[in-house]
Amino acid sequence: MIEVKHINKSFPGNHVLKDFDAQFETGKVNLIIGQSGSGKSVLTKCIVGLMGIDTGEILYDGIDFSKMNRKEQISIRKQIGMLFQGSALFDSLTVEENIMFPLKMFTDMSKKEMINRANFCLERVNLEGRNKLFPAECSGGMQKRIAIARAISMNPKYLFCDEPNSGLDPSTSIVVDNLIKEITHEYNMTTIVITHDMNSVIEIGETIVFIYKGESWWKGTKEEIIRTDNPEINDFVYASKFMKNLKGKLSI
Amino acid sequence: MNYVKNIGKYFLMMRLAFGRPERLKVYYQRTMNEIENIGLNSFGIVAILSVFMGAVISLQTASNMDSPFLPKYTIGYITRSSTILEFSPTIISLILAGKVGSNIASEIGTMRVTEQIDALEIMGVNSRSFLILPKIVAAVFFFPFLIIFSMALSLIGGYVAVTAAGLASHEEYIYGIRAFFIMSDIYYALTKTVCFAFIIVSVSSFFGYYTKGGALDVGKSSTQAVVWSSICILLTNFVLTQLILLQ
Ligand SMILES: Nc1ncnc2c1ncn2[C@@H]1O[C@H](COP(=O)(O)OP(=O)(O)OP(=O)(O)O)[C@@H](O)[C@H]1O
Ligand SMILES: [Mg+2]
Repeated sequence: MIEVKHINKSFPGNHVLKDFDAQFETGKVNLIIGQSGSGKSVLTKCIVGLMGIDTGEILYDGIDFSKMNRKEQISIRKQIGMLFQGSALFDSLTVEENIMFPLKMFTDMSKKEMINRANFCLERVNLEGRNKLFPAECSGGMQKRIAIARAISMNPKYLFCDEPNSGLDPSTSIVVDNLIKEITHEYNMTTIVITHDMNSVIEIGETIVFIYKGESWWKGTKEEIIRTDNPEINDFVYASKFMKNLKGKLSI
Repeated sequence: MNYVKNIGKYFLMMRLAFGRPERLKVYYQRTMNEIENIGLNSFGIVAILSVFMGAVISLQTASNMDSPFLPKYTIGYITRSSTILEFSPTIISLILAGKVGSNIASEIGTMRVTEQIDALEIMGVNSRSFLILPKIVAAVFFFPFLIIFSMALSLIGGYVAVTAAGLASHEEYIYGIRAFFIMSDIYYALTKTVCFAFIIVSVSSFFGYYTKGGALDVGKSSTQAVVWSSICILLTNFVLTQLILLQ
């Protein structure tokens, strides 16, 4: 379980996270939803320690990340898999080498075992046989899926996905969503997914945090988010007039 | 104030860059790649520059020797001295600061703005050490070879220019480049080279690593890397000359 307790984060002249507070449960897909610019990416970067926080606490299974020494932080990080919003693949390495990179750095697997693992991960994101391509030779959606394959190659305990299905077509998007849900349950991971795609919310959301202007505005489940009367959420969920008219007739 | 802060940041970065490698085998492979990238790929430009540099030094020397009492072999002697003491180590290092420095800063800068460095850190890799250490080892190890190569070609360039123009004979030039030779000049040159190699890689890595923003800023970092490594080379050269040659 990851607990985020009352964190604040500001950049010069811009208070991004305001007293943000949330829990992310183990074995579940925890969603963070919110408008563009509301602070979702900054929030994840703070949780994993890529950005420092001004005040507050971040607990990994009860232990305060910011109070750990560098060695302990590194041991937590080896259990984190992260998908960045812009994929962040190593462009000097092939697809296969990208996925094998963490294995090469931190495990004693033989070359053959690593290739098997890479193939397994590629298969899970429907990209078998693309081992030898370079990231620049892949489409945006493919890069995203390769980045997911890299994030899960070490069987992480904590998985962070920053918009896993932006730039994917609806059917691939569902494949990726289901993959995230499956591995979360299979390996009992603590998964945090950032999204603004309502399809994913309905498809995989188990707990949902709605972030509004940097505050943890609302928390609940997907059933609740459909029925809530919170005006900010309704503006987000039923963004178009068409959807607003549909509200009330929906059922899950 | 900003300068002081950046110098502090530079030393902090360098301290972490010399952290213990997570996996020696990977670092070894990276070092080999960097030797190719930084070292072997620079032979061409070093060769062209050195030949012409040597030719021009010898011609200049010959044209400035008015006194009939100066023996012809002086041309060879001066060409050798200035090549070994200054031209090869310093001028070639400045050129390499341009070629290698901009290459390093833009490579690391691009990795920064596309979050590849964040990805490394998230995996638990010490990104400073992973990115910078192999480059430093490669440059410090390989630049001396480049500079010795440059010295040889510069002397050959001088030879061709002088003999082709009939300013000195084959024997005179060869006698000149061997006259009053002291081995410590070479050591001095190589000491400088090693310092310059370290400066080029570390300063350029610094500007790359702390790039903020997007593609445009990568370009800026790369320019700053070249400017600052050149300035540092010139300052260090001045200090080392004082320390070693004039002691
Ligand atoms: N490195 C940074 N320096 C300064 N300000 C930043 C930085 N990163 C983000 N911000 C600011 O923080 C705010 C939140 O940005 P963030 O990237 O978290 O948005 P987001 O919710 O992920 O949006 P999107 O859905 O579009 O990705 C923005 O106002 C942005 O300008
Ligand atoms: Mg974002």
